Amino acid sequence: MADYLPHTKDDVEAMLAFLGMDTLDDLFAHIPAAIRLTSGLNLAEGLSEPDVAAVFAGYSAANKAKSTTMTCFAGGGAYDHEVPAVVKALANRSEFVTAYTPYQPEVAQGVLQALFEYQTLVSRLSGLAIPNASLYDAATALVEALNMAHGATGRSKMVISSGIHPHWRQVARTFAAGTGHEIVEVPLLDGVTDWSSVDVSNAAAVVAGYPNYLGVLEDLTTAKALAVEHEALFIVGADPVAAGVLKTAGQWGADVFVGEGQAFGTALSFGGPYLGLFACTEAQVRRLPGRIVGETVDSSGRRAFVTTLRAREQDIRREKATSNVCTNQTLMAVTAAIQLGWLGTYGLREVATRCAQGAHYLYEHLMRLDGVEAVSTQPFFREFALRLSKPASEVIELMAERGVLAGLSVAELSAGADSSVGIDIERVLLVTVTERRTKAEIDHYVKSLQGALQG
Amino acid sequence: MGHETEPTLFEMSAPSRSAYQLRTTGLPDTALGDLVPTAHLNDDVVPVAEVSERDLVAHFTRLSHRQFSVDLGMYPLGSCTMKYNPKFCDAIAGDPGLNGVHPGAPASLSQGWLEIMVTLEEKLCAITGMSAATLQPAAGAAGELTGLLLMRAYHESNGEVRRRVIIPDSAHGTNPASVTLGGYVVTTVPSNERGLVDLDALKAALGPDVAGIMLTNPNTVGLFEEEISEIAAAVHDVGGLLYYDGANLNAILGAVRPGDMGFDIVHMNLHKTFATPHGGGGPGAGPVAVASRLVDFLPGPRAARGDGGFEWVTPSRSIGRVHGWHGNSLVLARALAYIDVHGGDGLTRVAQHAVLNANWLRHRLREILPAAYDRVCMHECTLSATGLKAKYGVRALDVAKALLEEGFHSPTVYFPLIVDEALMFEPTETESVQTLEALAQALERIAQRALDDPDSLHRAPQSTPVSRVDEARAARQLIATADSAR
Repeated sequence: MADYLPHTKDDVEAMLAFLGMDTLDDLFAHIPAAIRLTSGLNLAEGLSEPDVAAVFAGYSAANKAKSTTMTCFAGGGAYDHEVPAVVKALANRSEFVTAYTPYQPEVAQGVLQALFEYQTLVSRLSGLAIPNASLYDAATALVEALNMAHGATGRSKMVISSGIHPHWRQVARTFAAGTGHEIVEVPLLDGVTDWSSVDVSNAAAVVAGYPNYLGVLEDLTTAKALAVEHEALFIVGADPVAAGVLKTAGQWGADVFVGEGQAFGTALSFGGPYLGLFACTEAQVRRLPGRIVGETVDSSGRRAFVTTLRAREQDIRREKATSNVCTNQTLMAVTAAIQLGWLGTYGLREVATRCAQGAHYLYEHLMRLDGVEAVSTQPFFREFALRLSKPASEVIELMAERGVLAGLSVAELSAGADSSVGIDIERVLLVTVTERRTKAEIDHYVKSLQGALQG
Repeated sequence: MGHETEPTLFEMSAPSRSAYQLRTTGLPDTALGDLVPTAHLNDDVVPVAEVSERDLVAHFTRLSHRQFSVDLGMYPLGSCTMKYNPKFCDAIAGDPGLNGVHPGAPASLSQGWLEIMVTLEEKLCAITGMSAATLQPAAGAAGELTGLLLMRAYHESNGEVRRRVIIPDSAHGTNPASVTLGGYVVTTVPSNERGLVDLDALKAALGPDVAGIMLTNPNTVGLFEEEISEIAAAVHDVGGLLYYDGANLNAILGAVRPGDMGFDIVHMNLHKTFATPHGGGGPGAGPVAVASRLVDFLPGPRAARGDGGFEWVTPSRSIGRVHGWHGNSLVLARALAYIDVHGGDGLTRVAQHAVLNANWLRHRLREILPAAYDRVCMHECTLSATGLKAKYGVRALDVAKALLEEGFHSPTVYFPLIVDEALMFEPTETESVQTLEALAQALERIAQRALDDPDSLHRAPQSTPVSRVDEARAARQLIATADSAR
């Protein structure tokens, strides 16, 4: 068994003697005997690191869908983007990895400045002035945005497009049980939000996706107008990679932007840790959830960064805090700043463009196949939904045998409950192409799907 | 540490500098305007940064040199459990067979991950004495809110509407914040002169409208709630549930289990007890384990053993998802590796040495920083600078700041709220007695400076990359981005 404890037997004896005690058990003598464990924990004995490595190698081998052996065309908020060696090296520096939350700024300028740079980038990509220093993921960031809308308007009705990712909507429903918010989901028609079908009166928030989770580019003018008319906050869940070339949330008139930052330097990671991006207008700054880093000076007038507007946070405001968030996803935020620094202004545009090019190239070729139909006739950016002649989950299994992770089953994503993709949801497959996909990989996808649908 | 002010990425940028390199795809370079309607395209170029790879590396390397970290030295922060983060666990997380898996991959193609989750859940339940757990909550506070939603669902299933949740006055701020978000009202109960929950006051506060109580044990002062079984009985008697805030679990591993104390819902902080790295403020993970009567309400989908493998199942009365995917999976994997290396005996020794270290420090410092409660503590000790303040005008804040220039991070200060000029030290089990002695001597030097030159302590630290910052200015004029008005 291995451990990381430095004390020798002699150390322990001497320390116990210093305390006037005989055994380590003496330290626990005041714990009532009735609840004291006497026979130890019901766990196997510890193993050495190499032994544990062998166990984990087994888990690793049993994951057939790893991006090193199966080409990834699955998206849905989690994307297989290029993460270079230099980003991994910098983001894995132990000074960033093993740092604590920067509450003592004198010894935390590294993390604080990296977060300031991250905040700047979130602000630019969202087109909104006030970013925060990260939340857990996009889904929980949306919940924080809804809570902000309630705080801003005093109202509890949240009108959410069904173009918002099903998991985010599910999470919103879960937390609404505590806040008492009413979640109203607006159906899609031809892959676009059918705002005419819903009553937006008394809404605290109007929420739309851009692109929506089916990849469709919606004109957000209607949603914005509805929000303005009903004095609700306009919340946009936008793809931050696409924000390199598309209109920003701010340009659409959003009051709040939420998004998934995994795309910037974080591996697929089986879903986490990811990165909840959040930004809002200045008007909402007092309701901002989570930490925010600000620039100031030290006692010598040197530029310094510090967590600020702390009176909003849980340790100070307690039951009146804007959120209960304490630990967030700082390391992923620092990673995002590094990745965006590596991509740069034009690299980000190039990645976004290549995603669109690859997605449209694949789409055109798939449309020529029998047994493949588009779910929406509307323009898409880097992701699209297809209705196939076989169940999507079956097609995914068949294409996996050909080394392709074909996409996501929309029925699985929405737990079968999303009627807005129309009939036969089990046959709907959500497909994405990132800048990592080559023409050869995409051509292989087309052939594989063709094979999977035949017979 | 790096004393030069570091320019921002944006200040280092110059037009046309770039670092990125992408795959050659062989795809036609179709113009975006031919792919998407131009109405959706941004007329402006969104500025990111324009730096070379070399400058990118120098920038973030220099930033890292302006940053304290566990690898560099000790963070004796009470309730944070800043123990050594094994590099081995980082290596586990770096395996593409784990981190290269899409969360939406079907169960048949991600059996390794499902097995990791089932295995971790079983081991966390063995450690805490609970029946089942959700791994979805991404942090302790997320776990707290999940637990409160479980409480709500449980009471509703019994046809009951309950309004209040009780927390002690020593509770961590996330507790009351979570209570509010859970749709409950906070009732605070005082601590007694022993620093423990006042049992009589608690009983007086109980009623049929109480959904439950949130407790940390040992509590936030570092003391074991000796009357926990009585507390549990009293709360259960009115039909309430007991919630365990696992922030201090490191003290009791292998000694006592929350389930045996009577807790119904338990959250754990994997980034504390199970040594996953703090990352400068996250990611963490806050799994929530429950007693058998709450299992059906757990968030779903959850990984479970199925026919010849592992599968996703949604509990029959699940409160729903609390995370976009499955939780902070790579953090979960690190924690499992940590548990596997230690085993039951190893984890028991972790707690024993953590408690030993805290008591050694408390006794070593008794002359300069008396403990708020003069008796055996658990894994952390709450000391007070009240004496220093009265005699020399030196406050806990000054001690904390002065420690920074001695090569240590500060302890937790001004928490819990029930101790005046609180300095809460949690050395953790991974610090040697030499390190503890060095910390003690640093504090002795500070105590001496309080006598000789208290002003120097008010100005401390001076030898760190920056000195005390103007927090009022930062709040008065918020400059949150490089583009903010100055």
